[in-house]
Amino acid sequence: MPNPPQTRLMPYSKHYDSMHLPDGQVRPHYGSLARWIESTPPERITRMREAANMLFHRVGITFAVYGEEAGAERLIPFDMLPHIIPGEEWKMLERGLRQRVQALNAFLHDVYHGRDILRAGRIPEERVLKNKLYRPEMVDVDVPNNTYAHIAGIDLVRAGAGEYYVLEDNLRTPSGVSYMLENRKMMMRLMPELFAQQSVAPVEHYPDLLLDTLRSVAPAHVESPSVVLLTPGQFNSAYFEHAFLAQQMGIELVEGADLFVEDDIVYKRTTRGPRRVDVIYRRIDDDFLDPKAFRPDSVLGVPGLVNAYRRGRVALCNAVGTGIADDKSIYPFVPEMIRFYLSEEPILNNVPTYQLRQREDLDYTLAHLAELVVKEVHGSGGYGMLIGPTSTEREREAYRLRILDNPESFIAQPTLSLSTCPIFVDQGIAPRHIDLRPFVLSGKEIVMCPGGLTRVALREGSLVVNSSQGGGTKDTWVLE
Amino acid sequence: MLSRTANNLYWMARYVERAENTARMLDVTYRMSLVPKEPRLADQEWFAPLNITGTLYPFGGRYSQVNAAGVLRYMVLDPDNSSSIYSCAREARENARAVRGSLTSEMWEVINGTWLEMQRVAEERVTSDRIHEFFEWVKERSHLFRGVTVGTMLQDEAFQFNRLGTFLERADNTARILDVKYHVLLPRVEDVGGAVDYYQWAAVLRSVSAFESYRKVYRDVITPLRVAELLILREDMPRSLHACMNESYDILRKLVGEDPDEALRLAGEMHAALHYGRMDAIFGAGLHEYLTDFLRRTGQLGAEINRAFFSERAGPVSA
Repeated sequence: MPNPPQTRLMPYSKHYDSMHLPDGQVRPHYGSLARWIESTPPERITRMREAANMLFHRVGITFAVYGEEAGAERLIPFDMLPHIIPGEEWKMLERGLRQRVQALNAFLHDVYHGRDILRAGRIPEERVLKNKLYRPEMVDVDVPNNTYAHIAGIDLVRAGAGEYYVLEDNLRTPSGVSYMLENRKMMMRLMPELFAQQSVAPVEHYPDLLLDTLRSVAPAHVESPSVVLLTPGQFNSAYFEHAFLAQQMGIELVEGADLFVEDDIVYKRTTRGPRRVDVIYRRIDDDFLDPKAFRPDSVLGVPGLVNAYRRGRVALCNAVGTGIADDKSIYPFVPEMIRFYLSEEPILNNVPTYQLRQREDLDYTLAHLAELVVKEVHGSGGYGMLIGPTSTEREREAYRLRILDNPESFIAQPTLSLSTCPIFVDQGIAPRHIDLRPFVLSGKEIVMCPGGLTRVALREGSLVVNSSQGGGTKDTWVLE
Repeated sequence: MLSRTANNLYWMARYVERAENTARMLDVTYRMSLVPKEPRLADQEWFAPLNITGTLYPFGGRYSQVNAAGVLRYMVLDPDNSSSIYSCAREARENARAVRGSLTSEMWEVINGTWLEMQRVAEERVTSDRIHEFFEWVKERSHLFRGVTVGTMLQDEAFQFNRLGTFLERADNTARILDVKYHVLLPRVEDVGGAVDYYQWAAVLRSVSAFESYRKVYRDVITPLRVAELLILREDMPRSLHACMNESYDILRKLVGEDPDEALRLAGEMHAALHYGRMDAIFGAGLHEYLTDFLRRTGQLGAEINRAFFSERAGPVSA
């Protein structure tokens, strides 16, 4: 067998790179792709990139950006160069993800019932019970299959010599799966020959898996459950995804005002009068779900919904109160949950985390701000982070004051030497930092599509992959 | 289906149809304005589009003179005129966006693509000799939308509401076009055979793509009575009031089901009057009066549809 080719214009990555070895050789599982790049004229690649852009615009795969003019829509940049994962590696990841999501669901059931893990002293009690994401409304409420996080997006990164870490768990309303599906569709259109040459694990059946999962948690007596997707509406940043998933699953896309509750039964308003609803895949945060139970000023929610839910008349996916398990102040304890509930050692590692509520961690963090990444405990979407190595003296000073004001609201992590994956740039290809969000579905059993959504920081040197902050996406190939 | 979704689908279709009819009307007006005439009558035609859409007053508040440049700018690209073609494309797209999940991806792409392109339409395309090309494009996009709807959409309730919007809007628009030209169509002995009248009638026919049909149906010279008959009573003429009410009534029958319903009754009544109506009776009572009454009933029917499907019935069980 000939040596895999070197690809042109590839600046060596200082970090672990999915495609290249440190000496610039192409890793074996990227062989077909490297040969494709070698044999494809750059003009054709440019044309394909333009075509992809145009197609995404036409089908309207956009997201709304908060803080801009209402209704402003943007395209999430798409990079054609896939992130490829060897089959064996994925098997390990899948085992690790199953284990982690299983433990997180066990934890959720436990903290709203017997609180064994707190009584065993494995997690400080006040950290859970005094957390604003803990929902006392859920205490002793039984949910179908004892499952809370039916849809989980687990963010993975690689660092150092390529070892995987879990960066964060997203157990509330994780988004991005529509990009996973659309990216694949686009790639099969752009590079059909590569799919013919090797066996790339399919992901197109995700909507079926999701619908199965949603139906499996319907209240027990219901034979043919009516499932709806509840969206905050078309100005939500993920509205495209809500509409897309509803369409793919063939279920109704509803807004709060389309539903009402009477005698603890949830109905949708239809052209033929009210119709009962059994399962709600809600993409609205707990706070906005029901003005009677949570924020009274919410116009997005459905008055009385939480009561109907507590009485088991309707299922919500994800359950109310899952935020307590993906809060960054709870994150450091996930390995402990795995040991406690499953009596297993974690397969996937956590990133070492400093908890600024603890004196020594706080002192260390303040002394090493320029080296660390500091995050808000309840934040998400990459907003409100301090990235030490790329920050200015002034930003660090401002952030220091914020931390001192309320240390409990922050955690810090070492700046990992995050791995890279090449992207197409005007001059050829160049390495950029990536992460991977697989979507784990928990119904009667745990299922997932191989791979997930690969997000990429398009700016050179940037570590932030969030779409709201200039990140893009790639297709993810798990080779079978 | 959800009342809100039904409402969005219905309005999406209405706006697409309205954009098309506005383009038709402006196209004909533009061509009419090229017919040589006395200088003092030069800008006369341009009152018609404003009268038809009931926007003469708001137009006057923003533009100083009724002429080709002003009316075209106002009716085509003015984002602040809610009946401009631009606004119709925007509204169609906003309604479609709210119910994307109920559309086929092809339908969404047509509506979204039209809106993206509309935003790139420059002023010079609207006032120069390229205007005809632009109107053709609007018509084509509307044809494409209808074709894609019929060719790809499951024929469920969503489909019916979409079609209902199309036909009600079309009935309304055809009646308005006729009404504004009614004085030309009224038989007056001294005018018969005048060249200007010929152009006017031909223009009315062309604006609803009925010129060739007229020739085929009557194989004779154009007379006002026949023009009106073709556009009001002929049920085989796809833009006639009769054809539109045929469709609307059929659709409502499917949507309403068993219960007695005022929207269905009203549509049935309008349909029967067209089905059994006679042209001499319509002319006898006055064409303008007839059309005014038809437009009033169309508005009433719209309100009944709103009541039956989009609002009250969809309330709580006990209500």
